[in-house]
Amino acid sequence: MAEPVKRLLQGNGACVEGAIYAGLKFYAGYPITPSTEIAEACARQLPRIGGRFIQMEDEIASMAAIVGASVSGLKSMTATSGPGYSLMLENIGYAYMTETPCVIVNVQRGGPSTGLPTKISQSDTMQARWGSHGDFTSVAVAPSTVGDTITETIRAFNLAERFRTPVTILLDEVIGHSREIVTLPQPGQYEIVNRVKPTVKPEKFVPFELTANGVSPMPAYGEGYRYNVTGLTHDVMGFATNRADEIQAKLDKLRNKIANYEDEIQKLRVEMMDDADVAFITYGSVSRAALQATSLARQAGKKVGSIQLYTVWPFAYDRIKELCSRCKKVIVAELNMGQVVHEVEKVVCSDTEIHTLQRYDGEILTPEQLLEKLEEVL
Amino acid sequence: MTTAEKQKSDVFLKYLRPRKKFPSVWCPGCGNGIVMGAFIRAVDKLGYSKDNVAMVSGIGCTSRMPVYMDFNSLHTTHGRALAFATGVKFAQPNMKVVVITGDGDALAIGGNHFIHACRRNIDITTILINNYIYGMTGGQGSPTTPGGALSTTTPYGNVEKHFDPCHLAIGAGASFVGRSTVYHYPQMEKLIMQALEHKGFSLIEIISNCHTYFGRLNRKGDATAMLEFFKENSVTTAKAKNMTPEQLEDKYVIGTLHEDNVKTEFCDEYQKTVDAQRNG
Repeated sequence: MAEPVKRLLQGNGACVEGAIYAGLKFYAGYPITPSTEIAEACARQLPRIGGRFIQMEDEIASMAAIVGASVSGLKSMTATSGPGYSLMLENIGYAYMTETPCVIVNVQRGGPSTGLPTKISQSDTMQARWGSHGDFTSVAVAPSTVGDTITETIRAFNLAERFRTPVTILLDEVIGHSREIVTLPQPGQYEIVNRVKPTVKPEKFVPFELTANGVSPMPAYGEGYRYNVTGLTHDVMGFATNRADEIQAKLDKLRNKIANYEDEIQKLRVEMMDDADVAFITYGSVSRAALQATSLARQAGKKVGSIQLYTVWPFAYDRIKELCSRCKKVIVAELNMGQVVHEVEKVVCSDTEIHTLQRYDGEILTPEQLLEKLEEVL
Repeated sequence: MTTAEKQKSDVFLKYLRPRKKFPSVWCPGCGNGIVMGAFIRAVDKLGYSKDNVAMVSGIGCTSRMPVYMDFNSLHTTHGRALAFATGVKFAQPNMKVVVITGDGDALAIGGNHFIHACRRNIDITTILINNYIYGMTGGQGSPTTPGGALSTTTPYGNVEKHFDPCHLAIGAGASFVGRSTVYHYPQMEKLIMQALEHKGFSLIEIISNCHTYFGRLNRKGDATAMLEFFKENSVTTAKAKNMTPEQLEDKYVIGTLHEDNVKTEFCDEYQKTVDAQRNG
């Protein structure tokens, strides 16, 4: 193995490093703070590797273009922030329905509306789950450091390709703009997943066939499988249907292909939970403060643990329930008015007190604030 | 059926999707079928491989067309066909990418994507079937509904001004622009062939009949009467040269309206960047 390469990178730059490592060949986007550095890095780097970058006329078009490129066989990504994510939701829904792999990065800032372009927030967490209209099961990952951003971006691409689904990376302004020294991944260090292609003859090809794992093989345009892709609810052949049995089968497929493999998608970092009386539950940049606070509290002899959600969606209900079953109290800390806390409430048993620490003034949560909260609830 | 007729129909059947459930969603007499016939015969004459054609559309009656034909097809969201098509074309520059769209799809909700695809001069052929109304949702006014015309959302007459899609495309930078009507079948077929062979963004506007809504609400008669109207009120670009603006008012000028074979194409230009950066 070659000597590891270290770089001083922003989270946004790390995202591009991870994406290219994972096989990114097509980026379409529209400038928006605090995500723009992702577009700029792609504009610089993609031509060098034979990839393609295009600045579209808006975020709706950006999302459309990456879906078009993905059905044409290229691994595709776009990046934006809350206002742009709102616009992308239309065609993110299209990607769910057409089962098109792609990655959407949301470098979150404060909202609603134009909100706080240069300030941190985690207020798009629920939007990443439920934003588009209709029923679907979404996948979203949340890095907490610049280094994490590389590995979580690789994971996002792998999940998108494996499950034929859009995957959202929930970054935030602080990770996106923080600079840290990171080690770039080496060739072969991480597994790269590519979508499964059909092996049957074109005349036998059933584009949205219900396979054992729920994921249908996906050819690229031009490979001889001339099939129909539509946002209308469709049968296994890809043609619009109004038949109740076919409609239900399609929606069940969208859910089950992910729900049946949730445990392989969910990734948590669990620290010092074995004997913990109190648990922090956090994700994204707040997790850094939570880890620090946990460590300091332990030094002071307090039985505190930390659960970090690298996968926010699908939510790890079963594991959170199990991990918290021995806790007397949990503290859900997030940079919004309370989003993930409601998921925790669904599973944490009534014997466990749920406390919240919420900040939505555009500033980060510090370890000191988490420790203060800990003192308050103990 | 004569031998010649049979051969024509065989060509048509060769390009329909063998496993698609028919009939189509179109009303009897709809101009969309005429355009689909012309498109199929144009592609057949040009000898394109079906695998190498991608048809992209949005939402509306017209946008259902790609679903019926045996090409790669992407039936997308309302107005966004050109944005999806840009992704397809840019990802696979050797693919022949065709967008089929209507006046509402292309010019109202999709107006922004339309002008920017023209501006980039990306090598996509857009066939815009203009029937002056929203058909699928039941006869609402569109950006091409003429002033004073009736629709379900302009029940007292349209007070808005309308777009001329061809002039909009020329102004926005499209390098091939032409117009035809569903009456002028042979000319339409030829124009589609020219557009498909043109390198750069091409727009063909095809004036068509929605006798079900536009025709009925505006007392234009049935499909045949509307086609007769297109016949009577069309002038070729050659004839139009010698006519005054007053004489051309309410006339359909048909033929090639604009052709620029010098303007560079988007994917080609990007490839130059890729080549330079890879070698540099």
